[in-house]
Amino acid sequence: MFDTLASIIFSSVVQGIPLLFGATGEIITEKSGHLNLGIPGIMYVGGISGIVGGYLYEHFSTNPTAFLCIAIPLVSSLLGSGLMALIYSFLTVTLRANQNVTGLALTTFGTGVGNFLGGSLLNFFGESGSISLLTVSKYYKASFPFAEKLGPIGKIFFSYGFLAYLAVIIALLAHRFLKKTRAGLNLRAVGENPATADAAGINVTRYKYLATLIGGMIAGLGGLYFVMDYTGGTWTNNGFGDRGWLAIAIVIFALWRPAGAIFASIIFGGLYICAIFIPGLSSAQKELFKMTPYVVTIIVLVLTSIRNRRENQPPASLGLSYFREER
Amino acid sequence: MAVPAIELKNITKTFGHIVANHKVSLSVMKGEILALLGENGSGKTTLMNMISGIYYPDSGEILIDGEEAVIASPKDAFDYRIGMIHQHFKLVDIFTAAENIVLGLKEEGPFDLEKVSARVREISEQFGFEIDPKKKIYEMSVSEKQTVEIIKVLYRGADILILDEPTAVLTPQETQKLFAVLRRMKDAGKAIIIITHKLHEVLEISDKVAVLRKGEYIGTLVTAETNETELTEMMVGKKISLNIDRSEPKNRQERLVVKDLDIMNRDGIKVLDDVSFTAYSGEILGIAGIAGSGQRELLEAIAGLQNISEGDIFYHDPRTGKTEDLKDKTPLQIRELGVRLSFVPEDRLGMGLVGNMDIVDNMLLRSYRKGHSVFLQRGEPRSLAERIIKQLEVVTPSAATPVRRLSGGNVQKVLVGREIAAAPTVLMAAYPVRGLDINSSYTIYNLLNAQKESGVAVIFVGEDLDVLIELCDRILVIGSGQVTGIVDARTATKEEIGLLMVKSHKAAAAKETESRGGNHAENR
Repeated sequence: MFDTLASIIFSSVVQGIPLLFGATGEIITEKSGHLNLGIPGIMYVGGISGIVGGYLYEHFSTNPTAFLCIAIPLVSSLLGSGLMALIYSFLTVTLRANQNVTGLALTTFGTGVGNFLGGSLLNFFGESGSISLLTVSKYYKASFPFAEKLGPIGKIFFSYGFLAYLAVIIALLAHRFLKKTRAGLNLRAVGENPATADAAGINVTRYKYLATLIGGMIAGLGGLYFVMDYTGGTWTNNGFGDRGWLAIAIVIFALWRPAGAIFASIIFGGLYICAIFIPGLSSAQKELFKMTPYVVTIIVLVLTSIRNRRENQPPASLGLSYFREER
Repeated sequence: MAVPAIELKNITKTFGHIVANHKVSLSVMKGEILALLGENGSGKTTLMNMISGIYYPDSGEILIDGEEAVIASPKDAFDYRIGMIHQHFKLVDIFTAAENIVLGLKEEGPFDLEKVSARVREISEQFGFEIDPKKKIYEMSVSEKQTVEIIKVLYRGADILILDEPTAVLTPQETQKLFAVLRRMKDAGKAIIIITHKLHEVLEISDKVAVLRKGEYIGTLVTAETNETELTEMMVGKKISLNIDRSEPKNRQERLVVKDLDIMNRDGIKVLDDVSFTAYSGEILGIAGIAGSGQRELLEAIAGLQNISEGDIFYHDPRTGKTEDLKDKTPLQIRELGVRLSFVPEDRLGMGLVGNMDIVDNMLLRSYRKGHSVFLQRGEPRSLAERIIKQLEVVTPSAATPVRRLSGGNVQKVLVGREIAAAPTVLMAAYPVRGLDINSSYTIYNLLNAQKESGVAVIFVGEDLDVLIELCDRILVIGSGQVTGIVDARTATKEEIGLLMVKSHKAAAAKETESRGGNHAENR
């Protein structure tokens, strides 16, 4: 009984971690007034960049060290997602392009880049069927050695790779940053009312750039976690599914609060896979169950609209480009 | 003699070939309140924007504490301890007062909102503000928001405060509270400049008055030694003759009767208070008033675009002879009765025309409902467009040119031309000649006169008193949302109208008794 419950919770968390990275990144981005619909693409690129880095290291190094096995995919993933985020920032902050169009284009582009690199890797190295990085992923999957001795408790709390804990820590830090620091206050002001922030002497452009860039890189880690830990170092084209969109839905569900996103991600992760734990479902019924996170999001949207508390609304200038008044 | 806190010497600023400020000089001492008086467009805000670093003067110099200062950005102004309280508040709605006050500040030490709140309370106590630092801006009244803006400036250590029409959004009681605060700041040694065009407030709060007119510096007076009549004369200037043709009204009949009209804005402040008047067919009724005194709301109410809190608007339909209450009608129903609104707000293309559509399509906007087939009939609008282009001499490559590419005057001709072509019974035009050159202005005047002669009740909201006096038959003067008088344009003087514009009923009643005892010095 406890074992089943523990494994349900474990699976929910494992499913939830990529979503949490994505949601935290998107919250930070949205707080600067930028709706980044490119997050699914950025997470996808974050995943494949990690794979490419890990693959090159694993195949060209005769004696891989633990540190580099972790550092190289991590850095290449951050570079990949950072580059994607920079494209988005340049287009929407500097050139003031439409954020929705830019974001959607970036998602399409990111998926293409991921599939291209994934396919190319297969061709270059002539592997059959799939890419598998067992050495590198071993370090990503490593959890606390005492976890197994603790039974269900160990399973629920101590059996994840380090990125899972990092996700929670980043979310908590982001929450504190937004609420308790001067820079967090300034960032929120930029997303609410950039003209006011500008008049108060805040460098609006810098905040927007940093928020979209850092947010994108955090989201990219979700892709890295997915390929290195969740799938154990393997890559299949389009394997990431619609998790990126789910992350954006969590932002709404969590009412733009990173701490809330922790619980929201685990709940969504559970809903996403609950079909597996219900015996005797046809594949069509399973697909119906996969819809539940989105249905829940819609319900939350309806409820918050009815209650209409100003604190629960998206940043006031979300999606709008900022033009400084000049005469 | 003490050195002024801030002194301007021969400041000149031009935008293109428009001179916004010409050789303006003024000074404010510590512990002194200077009122900057002038009509709209007289250059008050431009001047203040130069002090607060938004614009840079073309020539002249600014001295702070006797030393020449270069104010090239708002940050420079802040470094010189200059704080400006804008008419439109710059606050983040979902933040608390305290959060807004510290926004963007780079203070030493850890970020502690409790400490900020304590400091805010300290400032509030010192100057007599009532504010809860933890209250969210969106829960605040307009006056509370203004208080936050003022504290924000004081928190940053400003010694020179500029307030741009601070009383425009306040109730009389709130205004009194603000003045009490201003007096305390004055006692604390702050130099204060208050921009306004309300004469009774100038006389009440200021120590000195500087008057601007059309960018020219007219002079500075000591408030205690002047009076309303003298200030009005300085503000509006001498009459200029324009020679606009004016015919005698024929066959005057009641067309539009506005009765006890009240309108509230979104903040719950009365923008129109008990407005009553009658517009007759065959005459031009001018509406004079400082911009933003409720003219826009009045016209929109008649056109059905404003919610009316109280009162009625009766329309006597010349075709059916019936009397209808426009209050319960939709804009479409009102239009069908023949009431036409030609509105020229600051953004000319905002309400009347669609900038990206060509002249023909803009004609079509008014007539597309007349068609019977699924497809638009462009024939009639096209000939109308061509007729307007020819008759009103609209300068355009063709009728297929997007309206936004035309110059302001030509846009206005298109708009007025279309409204007149619909054969209205009431024609309302708000600032129809704003930004137009002399010739275009006269074309518009002639159009309005032609409408009047054909029996239309014309309502003309204007800002140039010379034009109002020569074009209109009667002039209704609005001051702070109230009708302060209706005068015969043939006998009225500019000063008379100017005085009515800057008065509101309550203040006017109080001031009249007072000024009877005072002397009416006409010299200046």
